[in-house]
Amino acid sequence: MIEIDRITRLYDGKPAVDAVSMTVETATITAIVGTSGSGKTTLLRMINRLVEPSSGEVRINGEPTTGLEKHVLRRRIGYAIQGHGLFPHHTVARNIGAVPRLLGWPAEKIRARVDELLDLFSMPPAEFRDRFPAELSGGQQQRVGVARALASRPDLLLMDEPFGALDPIIRTRAQEDLRRIQRALGSTILIVTHDMEEAIQLGDRVAVMDAGRLVQHGTPAEIITRPATAFVAEMVGGVERPLRLLSLFPVSDLIQEGPAEGAAVPDRTSLRDALSTCLWTGRDALPVERDGQRIGRVTLDAIRSRAECHA
Amino acid sequence: MSTRNAPAVSAPGLLFAVLGLAALLAPFMTLAANRIVAGEGVRAWSMAGPEATLPGLAAIAAGLVLGLPAAWPRLRLAGAALGLAGAVWLLVQGSAALLDGAGDYARVSPGAGFWCLLVILALLMADALSNLAPGPLARAGLLAAALLGLATVLGSGALADLSIFQEYASRKDAFRDAAWRHLWLAFGSLAVAAAVGFPLGILCHRRPALREALLPVLSFLQTIPSLAMFGIMIPLLGWVSDTVPGAQAIGIAGIGFAPAFLALVLYSLLPVGANTVAGLETAPPAALEAARGMGMTPRQRLFQVELPLGLPVILAGLRIVLVQNIGLAVIAALIGGGGFGTFVFQGLNQTATDLILLGALPTVALALVSAIAMDILVDLASPTPERHR
Repeated sequence: MIEIDRITRLYDGKPAVDAVSMTVETATITAIVGTSGSGKTTLLRMINRLVEPSSGEVRINGEPTTGLEKHVLRRRIGYAIQGHGLFPHHTVARNIGAVPRLLGWPAEKIRARVDELLDLFSMPPAEFRDRFPAELSGGQQQRVGVARALASRPDLLLMDEPFGALDPIIRTRAQEDLRRIQRALGSTILIVTHDMEEAIQLGDRVAVMDAGRLVQHGTPAEIITRPATAFVAEMVGGVERPLRLLSLFPVSDLIQEGPAEGAAVPDRTSLRDALSTCLWTGRDALPVERDGQRIGRVTLDAIRSRAECHA
Repeated sequence: MSTRNAPAVSAPGLLFAVLGLAALLAPFMTLAANRIVAGEGVRAWSMAGPEATLPGLAAIAAGLVLGLPAAWPRLRLAGAALGLAGAVWLLVQGSAALLDGAGDYARVSPGAGFWCLLVILALLMADALSNLAPGPLARAGLLAAALLGLATVLGSGALADLSIFQEYASRKDAFRDAAWRHLWLAFGSLAVAAAVGFPLGILCHRRPALREALLPVLSFLQTIPSLAMFGIMIPLLGWVSDTVPGAQAIGIAGIGFAPAFLALVLYSLLPVGANTVAGLETAPPAALEAARGMGMTPRQRLFQVELPLGLPVILAGLRIVLVQNIGLAVIAALIGGGGFGTFVFQGLNQTATDLILLGALPTVALALVSAIAMDILVDLASPTPERHR
């Protein structure tokens, strides 16, 4: 559990981050979202003390971060940034093993961990271990950057716009990967983004920052259905709100008995995608399947009422 | 390179061939009655009988022709080597034939034609090499082969009749001393400049305020003309040797080795310091941010990220310093610093051209070899292998 307790950072007497308090549960993703200049990156960098708080404190599992030397603290916290920040003169394996090496792990253990992570990120170790960053695609570089941040099994992973430099398709895949890996490893992640779509897709919780203040902290559905301020409502995006809301739920939530024609959709398909399929193929209901077995249907009416009930 | 539109004949190769053949028309060697008077030029074909000159002339012509085809840089390289062998052959044959019956004090020297050919063939070689673009290890091999060839020619005594080697023969010990002194001046000042300049550069990198104060001072030192710098050292070190106890005992005096060495060190500080700063700045900001964020200490960032990435630029600074100091050390002879410059200035005083060359040619060769060797080191220090760029 990460407790951020009335943390403030002043620059020239003006607060960049103003008395922000927030609790992050273990094994969850919290997305900090805001416009540029909202203080979200400063908030993140105060957690691993790349920026020292002017007042307030951060506790990780009850321990204040000021209790450790800065570099010791940082070795316990993963850190992934936009543009990956890989060392151009080190191979992929050496990049991923950087923090374990700082921690003095034995070489054999580092090697095993590197291969494990490369497998986890769908990069065959035999093929990628000895490559240099310049020999990878942008998406691969970014995956190596995240793998490096996870290498020492840190208590907490901080990510600052990690997918900012990727094109939309690679970006979606990277988000799915992160979600899958976070579930598999049970990592606690704080991710900074300016993209509300990304925050809603990735976050178990979303924290909205505006002008140095935390204006709302809640589940994605709460943020969409009950925005605390006009600013949050604007960030959520007026006309896209129902679609964003539908994107949060799988069709298995609305499954019912009854007939439906045509190709089936998997039960983990989001309601937004199901709606899109209904509109595109002109159907009022879609068959739903799980592991190839038909288990029921989802209707256009049901999807519509799910979106309407928050109006 | 082998596309249809590429010309079959290399344009520089054609130029070298024309210039090279024209150079053959100039006097290839000079014959003088003694070591002081101006010599009389002799063309290549009139130095000796055709049985002696023809093989050399043929080799030079063939070498220049081999330099023509644009598609075969290896052949062009071989052509340059063949041409050089031909020129050396002509020197050997010519010096023996010309001295035959010319009197005890007669001297033969390479003439304008030889020097022009040497330059043209060296350019041809450089052009072929730049097309071949050999890797650092291949270049080291070529350099070793060239040095071995040079050592064989010089060691064989085949050129001993040339005036410059007669100057050498009468000064063997002095030459050896001068060579050691020159190497000490150039490499010693480089070592001291590196020992001072690296830490200074690292400090400047860390503290921008220090950089802004220091680099202009070093830059100013660099603008002082070399002769003036050596001159300034005389009263300065003279005063030190008079006032600081023990200074004389360790060899510090107004003239001699110490002031020359110190001046060279001062000249070297800017390239070493500025290139260290520039080298440390080549690390990508994102990589440094990541290094900080993952918990590297400042020292670990320096040794694991900044220095390895900056090494080629830092070594390039050392290359500048080494080549510069090998040249400047010649002038150090004026304040008694010793080195090859001794022969240059003696030769100037006696108007003995070959004595000047005895000082100048080894300096040029030393600078050239150092530059090539340092370039190889810079390539080897590149943080990622060639295939990654």
